[in-house]
Amino acid sequence: MQVQRWTRTSRWFGAAFCVLVVVLAFVPLVFDPDIVQKLTTLLILVLLAVMWNALAGYGGLLSVGQQAFIGIGAYGTVFFAGQGISPYPAMLLATVLAGAISLPISLFALRLRAAQFAIGMWVIAEVISIVVRLDQNLGAGTGISLIQLNQYEPNFRQAYTFWLALAFTVIFLAALFFLLRSPLGASLRAIRDDEDAARSLGVRVAARKRLLFVLAGLGCGAAGVLIVANTLFIEPTSIFSVQWSAYMIFMVLVGGLGTFEGPILGAILLFAIQTTFTQGGPWYLVGLGATAALFALLLPRGLWGVVEERLGLQLIAVGFRVVEKKPDA
Amino acid sequence: MEAAVLAAVDVRKRFGALAVLDGVNLSLHGGEVVGVVGPNGAGKTTLLNVLSGSLTPDSGSITLRDRDITRKSAAERCKLGVARTHQVPRPFVGMTVFENVLVAATAGGGKRGADAYELCVRVLEQCGLAHLANRRAEGLGLLQRKRLELARALAVEPAVLLLDEIGGGLTDAESAALVEMVAGLRDRGIAVLWIEHIVHVLMQVVGRLVCMDAGRVIAEGPPSTVVAQAAVIDAYLGGKA
Ligand SMILES: Nc1ncnc2c1ncn2[C@@H]1O[C@H](COP(=O)(O)OP(=O)(O)OP(=O)(O)O)[C@@H](O)[C@H]1O
Ligand SMILES: [Mg+2]
Repeated sequence: MQVQRWTRTSRWFGAAFCVLVVVLAFVPLVFDPDIVQKLTTLLILVLLAVMWNALAGYGGLLSVGQQAFIGIGAYGTVFFAGQGISPYPAMLLATVLAGAISLPISLFALRLRAAQFAIGMWVIAEVISIVVRLDQNLGAGTGISLIQLNQYEPNFRQAYTFWLALAFTVIFLAALFFLLRSPLGASLRAIRDDEDAARSLGVRVAARKRLLFVLAGLGCGAAGVLIVANTLFIEPTSIFSVQWSAYMIFMVLVGGLGTFEGPILGAILLFAIQTTFTQGGPWYLVGLGATAALFALLLPRGLWGVVEERLGLQLIAVGFRVVEKKPDA
Repeated sequence: MEAAVLAAVDVRKRFGALAVLDGVNLSLHGGEVVGVVGPNGAGKTTLLNVLSGSLTPDSGSITLRDRDITRKSAAERCKLGVARTHQVPRPFVGMTVFENVLVAATAGGGKRGADAYELCVRVLEQCGLAHLANRRAEGLGLLQRKRLELARALAVEPAVLLLDEIGGGLTDAESAALVEMVAGLRDRGIAVLWIEHIVHVLMQVVGRLVCMDAGRVIAEGPPSTVVAQAAVIDAYLGGKA
C-alpha cells in the first residue's frame, strides 16, 4: 500500500501551468500596451475569484465586503507613494497593509454567522470607504491619481504592472495550492463539506477560517494594488463598490465553488463577457446576478464541478490516492 | 473502583420549554462498554452531544480524568481523546473515504505523513472500507456511511469512543463482527459509550446498561438486571412490543 498525491494528469497540468506562466511573462514584449492592459485585468479577475473562493468555498465565509481590501490596497498604494516611497515598493506595502488590517477585522467579523457575516462585511467596506472620503489628502470623494507612476514610460509601466499582476496571481495561486496540499488542506476541505463534523474530528475551525480570511485580505489587497496600477486613477465610489463582490460571486459560482480550477474558469468567462458586451448599466449586473443565482440553484459546484464529475478530471494534486505497492506513474 | 475517564455530573439541557436532559449523571471507565437505551426522543443523542462538546449544557459539568472540560470545544475534546460518531452520518462528501479518515487522524489524532497514512489504511481495513478508499464519500450508501463514521472516530485513536446507533440495518454476521470489534477496543482499555436500539446486540458486549427516558436516567446497572426492571419495560421495551 502506498499513498500517491501526484497523478499523471496533475503532473502534466502542473508542467503546462509553469509553461503558461513563462509564456505569459513574454506578453509585454510582444503585444501592444492596450492588450497588455486587458490581460492585466484578466489576471486581476483571476486573483479576485481565487481569493473569494478560498474564503467562501473552503471557509464557508460568504463575504460581500471584500472590496474593503481592494480599496485598502489601492488607496494604500496612493498613500505610501505620496509619502515619498517609490511606487512599486509602495504597492508591496499596501498589500501587506490590507493583510494586516484584515486581522483586527477578523476578530469582529468572524463572530458573525452566515448572512450576518455577509452583510457585516459590506458594512465594514462602506465604513472604510467613508473614512477614505473624509481624507482630503486622498482626494476625498473625487478620487486621486497615482501620479508617481508617470515617471515611467507608458510601455514600460504597462509591462511592469503586468509582471506584477502575473507575480501576484502566481504567488496567491501557489499559496492556496500549497495550503490545500499541506496537512491543513484536508481539514480545510472538511470545513467546506461539513463544519460541525470537522469540529468533532478535532479541526480548529475558527483558526482555519481566520487563516483564510487573512489570505483573502492580502489577495484582495493585492488586486486593489493592481487595479490602481492598471488604471492610474481611483475614486472611492468605484473602488469600494459592491460591484466587485458581485463579480467575485459570479466568477466563483459559475466556475465552481470550492474547487481549485473553477474560479479561474469563471474569471476567464467574466473577462470574455466584459470584453464582448458593453460594461456597466443595471441590466448588465442583473444578467450577471441572475446567471450566478441560476448556477447556485442548478449546478451548485459550477462548471468545473460538472467537468470533474463527468470526466473524473483532477488537475490539481491536492488529493490523496491509496494505491497498491507500485504506483503507476 | 478506578476513577472515571469521562463523567457527566447533573447535566441539564433545554430546547425551549422542553427539558431534554434533566439532571443526568453518568460515568465511563477505561476498558468498559456502557450501553445506552431509551425510547425515541429520550435525550440519548443530546447526551452524546453534550459529552462530545457539540452542545454546551445549561448547567452541570463534564469532566475528563477529573479535569473540567465543560467549556472546551468539540475540537479540543477530540484532541484530548474523545471521539464520536453521528447518528445521521455526516461524511465530507467532496472528499474520498481515505481523506475523510485522514482528517480525523491528522486534526484529531495529531498524526502526520506516513504515520497518518498507515493508521488510516489500518482503520479502513478494520471497518471493511479498504476497497472504497478512493471513492468519493458522496456515493456511499447509508451502511457504508455509518462505517465511515466509525472509521473516522477510530482514526482519532481515542481514549473515549461515543457511538450513536451504528448497528442498525446490519446482518447477524455483520453485527457479530461489530460486537467483536467493540470488545477488542474495550480490551485495549478504551472507554466506549454505545447508544443502540437493538438491545440484544448491546447485551453481548456491554458491562453496564443505562436506560434513559424523558431526559433522565431511569435505570442503570448490569444489563440483565436493567432489562428486567419494570420501569425499563414500560418506558422502552414494552413500548416496542
Ligand atoms: N437542536 C435541537 N433543537 C430543538 N430540539 C431538539 C434539538 N435536538 C434534539 N431536540 C429534541 O430533543 C429531544 C431529544 O432528542 P435526542 O435526539 O437526544 O433523542 P434520542 O434519544 O437520541 O432519540 P432517537 O432514539 O430518536 O435518536 C427530542 O424531542 C428532540 O426533538
Ligand atoms: Mg438519537
